[in-house]
Amino acid sequence: MPALAIEARQLAKRFGATMAVDAISFSIEAGSVTGLLGGNGAGKTTTIGMIMGLIAPSSGAVRVLGVDMARERYRVLARMNFESPYVDMPHRLTVRQNLRVFGRLYGVADLSRRIDELSEGLALTPFLDRAVGSLSAGQKTRVALAKALINDPEVLLLDEPTASLDPDTADWVRGRLETFRRARGATILLASHNMAEVERLCDRVIMLKQGAVVDDGAPEALIARYGRANLEEVFLDVARGIGPERPA
Amino acid sequence: MRRAANHSGFSTARVGAMVTRYLYLLRSSWPRVAELVYWPAVQVMTWGFLQTYIRAQANASGVAGTMAVAGGTLVGALLLWDALFRAQLGFSMSFMEEMWSRNISNLLITPLRPIELAAALMTMSLVRLAVGLVPVSLLALWAFSFNLWGLGFVLVAFFVNLVLTSWAIGLAIAGLVLRNGLGAEGLAWSVLFFVMPFACVYYPVATLPSWLQVLAWCLPPTYVFEGLRAAIVAHVFRLDLMLEALAINLGLLAAAGGCFLALLESARKAGSLLQMGE
Repeated sequence: MPALAIEARQLAKRFGATMAVDAISFSIEAGSVTGLLGGNGAGKTTTIGMIMGLIAPSSGAVRVLGVDMARERYRVLARMNFESPYVDMPHRLTVRQNLRVFGRLYGVADLSRRIDELSEGLALTPFLDRAVGSLSAGQKTRVALAKALINDPEVLLLDEPTASLDPDTADWVRGRLETFRRARGATILLASHNMAEVERLCDRVIMLKQGAVVDDGAPEALIARYGRANLEEVFLDVARGIGPERPA
Repeated sequence: MRRAANHSGFSTARVGAMVTRYLYLLRSSWPRVAELVYWPAVQVMTWGFLQTYIRAQANASGVAGTMAVAGGTLVGALLLWDALFRAQLGFSMSFMEEMWSRNISNLLITPLRPIELAAALMTMSLVRLAVGLVPVSLLALWAFSFNLWGLGFVLVAFFVNLVLTSWAIGLAIAGLVLRNGLGAEGLAWSVLFFVMPFACVYYPVATLPSWLQVLAWCLPPTYVFEGLRAAIVAHVFRLDLMLEALAINLGLLAAAGGCFLALLESARKAGSLLQMGE
């Protein structure tokens, strides 16, 4: 039986009267790429926040690499990382300075070599000594990705990693994520609205709606189950409350 | 394996990483450095010239000795109050940089512990205090013949107590900002001014009505400013006052640390750490 990288058990989060995540359970195998799909307010970001330990669950539990995130997250934080276009890096620091700071926070050995590797792999070299605030959106995304990979994480959480990028840059980022996954054998959990991205990258998709898991399976299996041509059409069916053609 | 072996317990390496981050920031922005010196310098010049004027008037009316002591007390109190204010700002502004740059989530998902973040902020409070006050104290010596450093060990006792107070206030404010977002930012600038009238910076505690004196003696800075007046006016070092202030400060610091952790946990429950802002 493959090792589990992430386990959520009856995970729930309530904000006042709103049930953002409603007692969801799922397990993610080590080395897999899983997409969290859902419309706005489906609970994707809240779920990722609870997996990272940034949001305390109202009930239930989440374990990452076997560690309970509510009680022992400091045992595992060095083995995971996160990237989101909605979380910035210090703008006045240069790319190199940011990577040095985060590398030291993660206790990365041979940090200079790691920064060189990432600079080469993510094409950061031309702007390595420029302030992050002076970079374009695409360049900032590459820097954020470099930050997320600085500790060579076993578990990588991504919240809409290609949001607001042009198609070419977004495609380039997806390529780098595939390369990282192949080289590292890392577990990736990806929240996205981009169906093409999810189809390309993910082995499995967990579909959320109003905080609940409404479907779960490989992209091609979901497409077949709903009798649709692609994942976008499946997404629209789920969003509009149309069930699958055949039972799962 | 790229990671260093040990991620448990307190790490000076992670504290060092955060201090480096703040030093990079200071280095990248000369207005930030200039601002550290600018306000203390303006304050000392303004009050120093007032002291000079009063001394001249006193000389003319034959009460020069008394007025010189009063003037020295005024400038000394001013410098020490500024030390307290600058140390607290040094702590709070470094923390606020994380909020302004929306970087706090990135930090809280690293192995950085809250106590390590606090230690880095305390270190930066000392760095920023030194950058601001050393040149200004030299200005006070040159322009107004007020030698703050001449107080020697007494000065160390004053500074230790003021800095501990500033850290306690800074920690509590950081917790409030984490919990409530940048809407609570104004506290970083204003909290100390609420304390000021009760800390008896420029006048003895005896000036206050007796019921307010009780409150004043709950505040560690009150002991420092009473100690300053004893040192300048009576040439006496009041060790008792410094030890009492230290005891209150240690209690305050522990309470502020608990408050910071509780507010951080409350922010986790409220889900506000992922979308820090106004």
